Amino acid sequence: MTETAPAIEVSALSKRYGDYEAVRGIDITVRSGEVFGLLGPNGAGKTTTVEILEGYRKRTSGEVSVLGHDPASRSIELRRRIGIVLQSGGIYSHITPREALTHWASFYPHPRKVDEVLELAGLQEKADERSRKLSGGQLRRLDFALALVGDPELIFLDEPTTGFDPEARRAAWETVRSLRALGKTILLTTHYLEEAQALADRVAIVKDGRVLAIGPPRELGVGADGDEGRVGGLRYKVAYRDSAGELIERETDDPTALLHELTGEALAHGQRLEDLSVGRPTLEDVYLELTGASSGDRDA
Amino acid sequence: MPDALALTWRQYRLERRMFWRNPSAAFFNFVLPLLFLAAGGVILSGNQHDLNKLVPSIAGMSVMSTTFTALAYNIVFLRERGVLKRIRGTPLPTISYFGGVAANAVTNTALQIAIIVLAGRTVFGIGWPLHWAELIVFVLVGVVSLAALGVAFAHVIPNFESTAAYVNAVFLPVVFVSFFVFDDSSGAPGFVRTIAEALPLKPLIDGLSAAMVTGSGLSNHLDALVVIALWGVFGLYFAVRGFSWEGSRA
Repeated sequence: MTETAPAIEVSALSKRYGDYEAVRGIDITVRSGEVFGLLGPNGAGKTTTVEILEGYRKRTSGEVSVLGHDPASRSIELRRRIGIVLQSGGIYSHITPREALTHWASFYPHPRKVDEVLELAGLQEKADERSRKLSGGQLRRLDFALALVGDPELIFLDEPTTGFDPEARRAAWETVRSLRALGKTILLTTHYLEEAQALADRVAIVKDGRVLAIGPPRELGVGADGDEGRVGGLRYKVAYRDSAGELIERETDDPTALLHELTGEALAHGQRLEDLSVGRPTLEDVYLELTGASSGDRDA
Repeated sequence: MPDALALTWRQYRLERRMFWRNPSAAFFNFVLPLLFLAAGGVILSGNQHDLNKLVPSIAGMSVMSTTFTALAYNIVFLRERGVLKRIRGTPLPTISYFGGVAANAVTNTALQIAIIVLAGRTVFGIGWPLHWAELIVFVLVGVVSLAALGVAFAHVIPNFESTAAYVNAVFLPVVFVSFFVFDDSSGAPGFVRTIAEALPLKPLIDGLSAAMVTGSGLSNHLDALVVIALWGVFGLYFAVRGFSWEGSRA
């Protein structure tokens, strides 16, 4: 792989609203071509961060570069290369998806074909229906379509599947995967763990305006001191049934040593360790450990 | 390569299409002033002196409803629905967007004035306007000022549900005061007259009346033009300064 310049570089970003500090020193780098997830509870500062990157808000301090531009300058050149799916963006009541996409396409130097985008978003059937007659899910797909029609290199997705049923969510995930396959860079915010797990090459867990951990979702949590994704307090889980058939669970920083001890003892006594397993902390364990949220709060 | 002028034209065409598809906007812009004109015409029928006042007054009211009212409604609706924010994230130049929106309002005003001039000629016996240039000057300055005031006023309106209340709280008193003290014979108290003269609608009606009915030249109504223009400067300042692309629900 050739090294290309990162799509997004953020360092020591902070944003203050009066006395309230929504973002308190965030550092992230989004590599070109990856799906990067910002994961965190509501009010963590995800949307503020993304809206600074999109050029909607001015930062209080810190350095930000998006495709080599400072988004605060709001250059048209930059906006030609990005696509934005807002958390809640509206559209004219009396426009059809085809008309909206045709109009939006005219803003960009090298737009995609409208029919192609309608198909990608699954809106062929509704292409000539007035938007006020579309369902919530269809409007969300129109949001995707409008963000993609300019054929952007970098796509911002802010809580793209909130309120979706599982089937619609799968379909949206497929769209994101197909964009990734086309080499697009995607910055995704979500408070759904499964979504980050399913889509993101790397995630940053954000809370109270700070990044608590960064790394690939499957590698987050354990590792040597100084590793990117290491989270203190999280340990491997080793489980097995003892001779009485009772399920035993033990936590360890060093599964190699513990397994050696357990298996050595079992072999010496001629026993089997039924259902022996070693588990890494899941993204959920990491998330809960870091954010201190009970799972009930997670989707609140 | 899309350029700002071509995009302004595209935005204008989209705004026109959206306008005609929205029956209530079309109604408030065209049918309502014509109903006023028809009702006034019936009540005042045969009294040419009063008809001579009615037609330019309705013309002035139309300029206000197609610009001030229509833009305040539109901007609040698009802002609260998140359409403005979405547009802000695209490469559409801001100037092209507002150029299209403004040209749409100007088109409505021009259509409205044309209808009223035609009705004045054919139904109300006031003939063709005596000073076309004066008519155009007053309509243009009125459009710019009242459009700017409409955009500025949109900043004050907190949500779409309260738009009608806010807009009518301004529109109806202004129309009423301006109609009420149309000429010296109305017997309105002095302070009402002073207020009416200081608001933009009454001077606009005076100018339209001069152009359409009395034939008094533009040079006699420069003070009226200045009052409208000053409102325009005030409106433009606040329209630009306080503009918000995002709704209150964020």
